Amino acid sequence: MSSPFRRFVQIGRVALINYGPDVGKLCVIIDVVDSNRALIDGPESVTGVKRQAIHFKRLSLTDHVVKVPRNARQTLLTKAVTTADVKTKFANSAWGKKLAAKQARANTSDFDRFKITVLKKRRNHLVAAETRKLVKAANKKK
Amino acid sequence: MAPTSKLSTGIKRASRSHAYHRRGLWAIKAKNGGAFPKADKAAAAVEPKFYPADDVKPRVPSTRKPKPTKLRSSITPGTVLILLAGRFMGKRVVFLKQLKSGLLLISGPFKINGVPIRRVNQTYVIATSTKVDISGVDVAKFDDKYFAREKKQKVKKTEGELFETEKEASKSLPDFKKDDQKAVDSALIKAIEAVPELKTYLGARFSLRDGDKPHEMVF
Repeated sequence: MSSPFRRFVQIGRVALINYGPDVGKLCVIIDVVDSNRALIDGPESVTGVKRQAIHFKRLSLTDHVVKVPRNARQTLLTKAVTTADVKTKFANSAWGKKLAAKQARANTSDFDRFKITVLKKRRNHLVAAETRKLVKAANKKK
Repeated sequence: MAPTSKLSTGIKRASRSHAYHRRGLWAIKAKNGGAFPKADKAAAAVEPKFYPADDVKPRVPSTRKPKPTKLRSSITPGTVLILLAGRFMGKRVVFLKQLKSGLLLISGPFKINGVPIRRVNQTYVIATSTKVDISGVDVAKFDDKYFAREKKQKVKKTEGELFETEKEASKSLPDFKKDDQKAVDSALIKAIEAVPELKTYLGARFSLRDGDKPHEMVF
């Protein structure tokens, strides 16, 4: 039987930071410091995360792995991350899309929210009209 | 280190008369008729007849001038504001300009949501990121005096009116204010109608629903 786990803490694993000043940014695990912390690097030029040791609790592992050696230097890491195109890959995943949608919803202005309610009303109106028709047709058949 | 004006201790390089000429004092003297000008002495205060019984210091009048009210950076001419207090609570209105008193001049516009041209304090307002182009609106004539309460004036009656019963003054808005409102609103509404949905947006009241967190919302 295969292991139920698919994402592992490993060198080159792309992770999402879920807490702290870099919340919401992607990073790559470069080394494991101890059982609690990993050494990560964005690298800063790509995702804006500086090289640092971070608690595992603050990381959410993604599906993506970059092929880099342990303790990879910044130039090598930057090259690996950009060629693998990790950022767009993550953005196109279901997870990335959900995050983007969440952010977009949080950043809607008052006017945008109003426009959304107007559109929702319009949609509900159409749906209600269609269902009324179907119900009528179903009742006639009886 | 001896200063260069001295040859050695106690001996000056320039003699007294030489220094006198070099300093140009003679020119000042010549200008003032052979004497140095003297500062006018203030006239001695008149001695009081009585000394005050208590030595209470007279109050120094304050010279402090209040600073002009700072306009919130999120509010610029044309910004749509949400009113938070008063009769028009929840109405979305257009900011026109800041008056000298620091109050904000706003207009509903009246035709869209019933809010006339009036003044509001910026503390009772949420600024949204929505802006209306008000470049075509002329607000030069509005100042704080425009909104001052009118003083009642006694009207002298002419001979013919003497025996007429006094008419009750109507409380309706003076015509010139109505005209001003129309003039501002016509330009404003034109700009508003150029943006789709904006007119209905301004006509709708703002309110919070269950679960809305105003401190986390972006306006």
